[in-house]
Amino acid sequence: MIGNDIILALSARSVRLHFLRSVLAALGIVIGVVSIASIGMMGANMTLSVTEELSDMANKLTVTSYTGGGGGMMAGPGGGGGGSDSDDDEDVITEDEFKDIQRIVAKYGTAYTVRSESDQIEVGSEEGRATIYGLDPDIIREILTVEEGEYPKSTASVVVGPTLAERLDLKIGSKIDIGDPDEGSTTTVRVVGILEERGMTMDLSTDMAIIGTDKLFTGIYGGEGEYNQVNVVVDDLDNIDTVETAIEDELNKKEDTVTVQDSSRMTESITETVSTMTTFVMAIAGISLLVAAVSIFNVMMMSVNERIREIGILRSIGTQRAEILRMFIYEAGILGLVGAVIGAVASLIIGYVVVLGMVGTTEYFFAAGSLIYVPEAMVIGAAICIVTGVYPAWRASNLDPIEALRAE
Amino acid sequence: MSSPVIELDDVTKVYPLPAGDVVALNGISLSIDEGEFVAIMGPSGSGKSTLLNQIGCLDRPTSGNFFLDGKNIREMDDRELTDLRLSSIGYIFQKFNLIPLLSAYENVEYPYIMKYRKNDDTGRVRDLLALVGIDESLSTHKPNELSGGQQQRIAIARALVNDPAILLCDEPTGNLDTQTGAQIMEVLSDLHRKGRTVIMVTHESEIAAYAERTIVIRDGRVA
Ligand SMILES: Nc1ncnc2c1ncn2[C@@H]1O[C@H](COP(=O)(O)OP(=O)(O)OP(=O)(O)O)[C@@H](O)[C@H]1O
Ligand SMILES: [Mg+2]
Repeated sequence: MIGNDIILALSARSVRLHFLRSVLAALGIVIGVVSIASIGMMGANMTLSVTEELSDMANKLTVTSYTGGGGGMMAGPGGGGGGSDSDDDEDVITEDEFKDIQRIVAKYGTAYTVRSESDQIEVGSEEGRATIYGLDPDIIREILTVEEGEYPKSTASVVVGPTLAERLDLKIGSKIDIGDPDEGSTTTVRVVGILEERGMTMDLSTDMAIIGTDKLFTGIYGGEGEYNQVNVVVDDLDNIDTVETAIEDELNKKEDTVTVQDSSRMTESITETVSTMTTFVMAIAGISLLVAAVSIFNVMMMSVNERIREIGILRSIGTQRAEILRMFIYEAGILGLVGAVIGAVASLIIGYVVVLGMVGTTEYFFAAGSLIYVPEAMVIGAAICIVTGVYPAWRASNLDPIEALRAE
Repeated sequence: MSSPVIELDDVTKVYPLPAGDVVALNGISLSIDEGEFVAIMGPSGSGKSTLLNQIGCLDRPTSGNFFLDGKNIREMDDRELTDLRLSSIGYIFQKFNLIPLLSAYENVEYPYIMKYRKNDDTGRVRDLLALVGIDESLSTHKPNELSGGQQQRIAIARALVNDPAILLCDEPTGNLDTQTGAQIMEVLSDLHRKGRTVIMVTHESEIAAYAERTIVIRDGRVA
């Protein structure tokens, strides 16, 4: 028995008759769908995990010296690789400015100073670079969590970030020489603690850093009364905007002297960067769909050309043009649908692996914002198939029945 | 008296070709009444198939008028012509022209589904297959698994499924051996005896002998 839609049955049988050819054509769609979906999911997962991480920082502000221009979100200490030298007076927050900030913040939370410098270090015979932070010992205790060991008390003791510790094989008691021996003296410090991982933050990037007291820092680099950054922690999240505006109004009254950043701007900026990147890579993946479209087109033209006589028969016994058109659109649609469905299943698997590899966590893989790329890619894939099938189908439907019957 | 079911009035068909126009039909006038069995004969290239294609609503005259059941074909669009081919005309070809993707049964059922938008639940397809002498066991076979005679029987059943007013046959026995051809002619004669209008193109006089009337065509004209 055949279903009521005999036209659909004919399309399906034609696809089945040329199984290998159809599979190969559908494979192009599978690849296209997989690449679009998994790249989309990767981008979404990146954004989601960054956003989640940054939401922990919603109650924090960073104040840096105004450098003209936008300042840039990555200009925070450590984050930018510490390109600037501290002797550049323009780039620092002065003691007076800090006092002002502290006065403003006092009602709402706390403000503390951050000194940072990127420098050469040596552990045993191994050389490397790291960001060196100088913080108030009480602040270190308050802000950072030591996973192993204790907090630095003297100017000769430091704590290190977990990534740095792992990379340089640092243990409690390890000695680090800070500074370039060719340029003068080095300072030797002892590791007394290893920090918990802190991930991506905008206030302090400690995972790859050495954190010591501010006395240690000024002892090496000088810069009394000058800070690279002031961090503000607001107790009540609702006051964050008030504090931000108050600092800006007070310090930038006459001219812009400081830049105040909250995490929302950073979130926005990262989300934007990720989405620009994702869109770009997705566009490249789109090329694979274009290739797929060409192969579908090819298969459809072949199918039409092979079946000219059959089209003539169908027309001569009373099949309308529109039905011939439908028959070939269905055929393209079946290829697209099969490709899209297989592609969807494959992109769940491949996407999962890609997200795990590139983002490091699949925590957000099943979030709506991530999974939405699967149906999206499916629709794009199937739609491309159908659009590609339109011209061959139109050709088929416009064949003259008598001419078509004469074909061999 | 009812008007003739088919009436051609000075019908001309010109195929415009780069090498010059080919006049396949050159002012043909003829009329065929309901229930007639007419054979159209003539030498190769005389325009027999072209004439049958006109009657079969596969084409429109270049000039002149063709009335089918009193309706002028020249004024119809492709949609209406297709509907006529589906419901009013049964076409039987020399090369059988079954749909290769469909089984014998489905081939017969196809025009029925096209017309009624549903499967045949009246048993008509089965009855027609029995009428043309196709065994039930063959009805699931695809055309390429059947002999020429069997295919032509199925083609006849297909042509009859929507109960058309006219049955057109273009050399229905042309691809069959004499004995099978005679069997097919028996089926057609039988249909004629039951009251159907049959128009058949042939160039064998033994085949034409089954018909009541013979029209001879020469150079696109009635001779
Ligand atoms: N589609 C076409 N394009 C151009 N010329 C055509 C076409 N169909 C038929 N002709 C020409 O029209 C004339 C009549 O052809 P037709 O097929 O009607 O002849 P016929 O009587 O059926 O011949 P046969 O007995 O060989 O089947 C021939 O000269 C043929 O070359
Ligand atoms: Mg002919």
